[in-house]
Amino acid sequence: MTIRSVDPDPRISRITAAASALGFARLGRIAIADLVHIEGDLSDVDLQRMHSLLVDPLLQMGTWNIPSGRAVEIGLLPGVTDTSADAVHRAADALGLDIDHASTGLRVEFDDQLDEASMRTIVTRLLVNPIVERWADGTIQPTHPNSDDATGVARTIAVRDLDDASLAAINAERSLYLDPEELRVIQRHFASLDRDPTDVEIETLAQTWSEHCAHKTFRAIVNATEPGDTEATERSPLMHQLRSCTDAIAAPFVRSAFVGNAGVVEFRKGTTLALKAETHNHPSAVEPFGGANTGVGGVIRDILGIAHKPIAVTDILCFGPTDLPLSELPEGSLHPQRVEAGVIGGIADYGNKIGLPTVAGAILYDPAYTTNPLVFAGCIGTAPSRPLHVGPHPGDRVIVLGGATGRDGIRGATFSSATMDATTGEVAGASVQIGDPIVEKLLIDVLVGAEDMYSAITDCGAGGLSSAIGEMAEGIGANVDLTLVPRKYPGLEPWEVWLSEAQERMVVSVPPRAVSALANRCAMHGVNWSDVGSFTGDGILVVRNGEEVVAELDSAFLHDGRPQRRMDASMPDPQRNGATSRVVDDPEKSLLALLRHPNIASKAATIHRYDHEILGATLVRPLVGAASDGPADGVVLAQPTDQHGIAIGIGVNPWFGLHDPEAMAFAAVDEAVRNVVAVGADPDRIALLDNFSWGDPRRKSTMGDLVAAVDGCCAAAFMFNAPFVSGKDSLNNEYIGGDGERHAVPPTLVITAVGDVPDADRCVTPDLLTPGNILMLIGSTEMEFAGSHFDLVHGVPDNPGVVPAPDTDAAIHYRHLHAAIQAGLIVSCHDVSEGGLAVALAEMCIGGRLGATINNLPHDDLATALFSESIGRIIVEVEERSTPAFLRIMDDDAVILGEVSESGLLSLPDIEPIPVSDLVDAFNSRIDAVTASFDETGGTTLATTERYEANNTDTDQADERRPDQRGNGKRGTL
Amino acid sequence: MSRVPALVIAGPGTNRDRDVEMALDLAGADARIVLANELINSPRHLDDARLAVVAGGFSYADSLGAGRMLALDLTLGLGDRLHTFVGRGRPLLGICNGFQVLSRTSLLPGSLGHNAQGAFDCRWVVLEHAPKSNSIWTNEIDDTIHCPIAHGEGRYVHPDHVSLEAAGQVALRYRSTNPNGSVGDIAGVSDPTGLVLGLMPHPENHIVVRQHPHHQRGGGGSAHLGLRIFEAGVAHANQL
Repeated sequence: MTIRSVDPDPRISRITAAASALGFARLGRIAIADLVHIEGDLSDVDLQRMHSLLVDPLLQMGTWNIPSGRAVEIGLLPGVTDTSADAVHRAADALGLDIDHASTGLRVEFDDQLDEASMRTIVTRLLVNPIVERWADGTIQPTHPNSDDATGVARTIAVRDLDDASLAAINAERSLYLDPEELRVIQRHFASLDRDPTDVEIETLAQTWSEHCAHKTFRAIVNATEPGDTEATERSPLMHQLRSCTDAIAAPFVRSAFVGNAGVVEFRKGTTLALKAETHNHPSAVEPFGGANTGVGGVIRDILGIAHKPIAVTDILCFGPTDLPLSELPEGSLHPQRVEAGVIGGIADYGNKIGLPTVAGAILYDPAYTTNPLVFAGCIGTAPSRPLHVGPHPGDRVIVLGGATGRDGIRGATFSSATMDATTGEVAGASVQIGDPIVEKLLIDVLVGAEDMYSAITDCGAGGLSSAIGEMAEGIGANVDLTLVPRKYPGLEPWEVWLSEAQERMVVSVPPRAVSALANRCAMHGVNWSDVGSFTGDGILVVRNGEEVVAELDSAFLHDGRPQRRMDASMPDPQRNGATSRVVDDPEKSLLALLRHPNIASKAATIHRYDHEILGATLVRPLVGAASDGPADGVVLAQPTDQHGIAIGIGVNPWFGLHDPEAMAFAAVDEAVRNVVAVGADPDRIALLDNFSWGDPRRKSTMGDLVAAVDGCCAAAFMFNAPFVSGKDSLNNEYIGGDGERHAVPPTLVITAVGDVPDADRCVTPDLLTPGNILMLIGSTEMEFAGSHFDLVHGVPDNPGVVPAPDTDAAIHYRHLHAAIQAGLIVSCHDVSEGGLAVALAEMCIGGRLGATINNLPHDDLATALFSESIGRIIVEVEERSTPAFLRIMDDDAVILGEVSESGLLSLPDIEPIPVSDLVDAFNSRIDAVTASFDETGGTTLATTERYEANNTDTDQADERRPDQRGNGKRGTL
Repeated sequence: MSRVPALVIAGPGTNRDRDVEMALDLAGADARIVLANELINSPRHLDDARLAVVAGGFSYADSLGAGRMLALDLTLGLGDRLHTFVGRGRPLLGICNGFQVLSRTSLLPGSLGHNAQGAFDCRWVVLEHAPKSNSIWTNEIDDTIHCPIAHGEGRYVHPDHVSLEAAGQVALRYRSTNPNGSVGDIAGVSDPTGLVLGLMPHPENHIVVRQHPHHQRGGGGSAHLGLRIFEAGVAHANQL
């Protein structure tokens, strides 16, 4: 069946826009059709019934005739999740039709204007991702997963008599990514058992001992050499440092930190929150949609895996420049524009479908992210306070819930622990998963409220069943039969079933008496479940394929047998003295350029693709203000009927990290904390998450940067009394180009702060409200330009000077500010971050669509006053009559900058006033570009700016408009 | 006044059922979420309820077109019981995916296609009720309703929307910018009786004033609550 849209198909303009961005101006006519292949013995009447199901006559035209003409057809590779095909099967069942196979695809038709070479470039660069798709000229033949029966046996891998070189060969052949020492330990272990390992055993060890699962670097003893020293000093593992820091802070609200799937805090008696943020970098690099999609799915399962109900999702994304010329794109990499579109689409698809608001986030652009895009996805959950599950207990059943197992995502844990190169996409194909958010939604429906039915729960993430069951069986042992695991298709060998990272699966240990209750719940929600074995109590992990034992591992060896790594670190020597200023020729031009910079400019085009309204709890949204287009500092979630809420803030600044990783980490914590305090959170009730995305830590300097960053994290956590409760590291974010050069990401640390908001009716946002109100600055402004956005816009000078140093007064300032917010004295406030004071003031003007008259700057040096990015600073708007009370609370530690004005101008001392409308246009400049690439290119009569304004019309103003003015040309854009 | 028993119908992938339940409860109903399967197995739930809402979300992941699979389930599983429900004078509401579902049964006219700009869109909109509307859900509401949209397939399509309006079946229009290319700016339509309403926006996400994005700036207010729609439906059901 070929199905075409009656009205113009919006996908066509997306292709046209993306192609024109790659330099293809004249594409000729393009047409698109959806394909549904059905194999089965169907009568004409049956076909007619399928037709009426698949085709809506008001929207579509469909035909069973095979199309002709110049076209390519694209289908999914066999075995890749195809939810539409599943729906066809389901529908056929419902209609009582008997079909053998169904698959879906896309047909793209070109006319003769487009030459063959250009067509092929467009198909391969824009339309097809060979990791999950295949394509053909003309018409494509549907294929099905190989249904040959598997051998069902485990192969023995002879390792006992091998030398290091031969071990290394096995390591490479099976993509194990184990260290030589680890290989030798495995060899000795099996020598002591007097046998060789099976493929299932060796793969299980490789997954469990992977950097991704075992955090070998964070658990390693560090030999750190300070600059100028020749002797290294031994330091405790980084994970130990972070944990000790949390222990020492001893915050009364921490229920669980650095254990299990997520951190747990209890800000309000009776309710706990589970917090987690994850990275999904490598999968997103090779298949952006699927990688980001399953990244969100994975972190949501982490929250389910600690028995909490997910309530919100966060995302922080790092991409290469989207205007990168094709000629500069490294071999084997996807273009940043495509990565961006895929990743954002993947996050939107998962979050929107599973029904969680995607709220806080950030998007950063840097050439270093071209080959290694970064995707950080976070999730927050809530639950009534209850003791954490302490199982499994001997005799409990091993129950697998959710999706069936296929060949998807095999060896994901080891893949994500490896450095990528030009061929990564080809070899990693099997590592990529495609998500099915509805299956996971049903898992949530089953599991929330079923907490009494299981004794332990964990999600199937990296390593699949091997790590989920393996982790649960630690110290207790389990005996499972792989033939009982539901398959998507036949032909899977035992090790593939055991390692598959097929998505949307959870493992629970269930006391035998509770199995039927859980089974009933599953049946009600349509969730598959299978009882694959039991936890035994003998400490041995036994994996069977029917009767045949394919793995028998001592769980003590599996979890504790790995030799502890020692890592050498050469500590960085950052410049801490010798501040340098900048020459500002034209402050207005610099400010507008900063507002247009992709890191600072509005992310509205992305934010509107995420459902941030669902559940009705999003009180402070990512975009705020008079036209709902000003940036917020943090977001606030509060149930419609609750008085209190929670605030979420993000801190990240990799450009500081290039100069001073320790100060960068401190600044990231400060920014995250500042963001939640600025919106109304109590600075004494904040929990933190750390996510490190780094280069290869086996390079001493990279490891040194990591050690320094952990130092900065701990120092900041102590200063703010804000404990880390969970974290995740993603290392080896490097790419070896076809040219043999290494490309590493800059040290990228994302800090997520979650704070308790005592009074949801006293939230504060950055949009200016009332002319005449006084603007004041909290925090000190220093000459700190290294890593600044001023330098990203104007270029880095020979001596960049220093990055922002910790502000030791910040913690007390934030407490004072919170007191002022609680007293109702703060009308609006905004943290000062990228772009400095000038950008922060501009954003407040944009949010309020009001001007500001500034007559006092916080530093004598104009460049420093306007553009330095000193941390710890917040601008507040206070009513004139409240200023004495505010200054009393602040101990007079705030400076008056000026006042809010009705002028529609931002006036800064000695600078020609800048119209707020110019600030708005600069800040929103990128939305036009992005919107256009997802918009109709033909048939529109409006300038993009007009279209943008039309789409963002203030709802209040719209009310005041008379109905007869509605057709004023700002409409009809679509 | 006793609370009106109300059903919130959810399929696999429906995700705003709890939002609707809260809105109905706040509007004075006694709401209960029922899964489509449960309803098909025990259709008596429909006898017990005096009002029903098909909630929004992504039933069956929108596979093969939004609402299509759940509509198939309900059509095959319930036969004409939903029609009977309405035939007995009981109000029925379909929101977002619920609208898409009802439009694919014969309860509501027209169809919902992909947004003209081709992407999912979440933003607040202003709705006005059409002057000639026959809808019991909206025709007593004088003020505009403010609430968010969150959909990828919300472009309302009808071959003759002028006649539809003449028949009183256009219930709600986008008064702010038309966000999806709907014909005639139509955001919500009724059946010929005015008892069934389908709309793409989410009134259930504006049930207390502080949910309004401009609440802190003095915007929104109780007159513009989406809750008003639920209150109208509950008030009607209460007279039954």
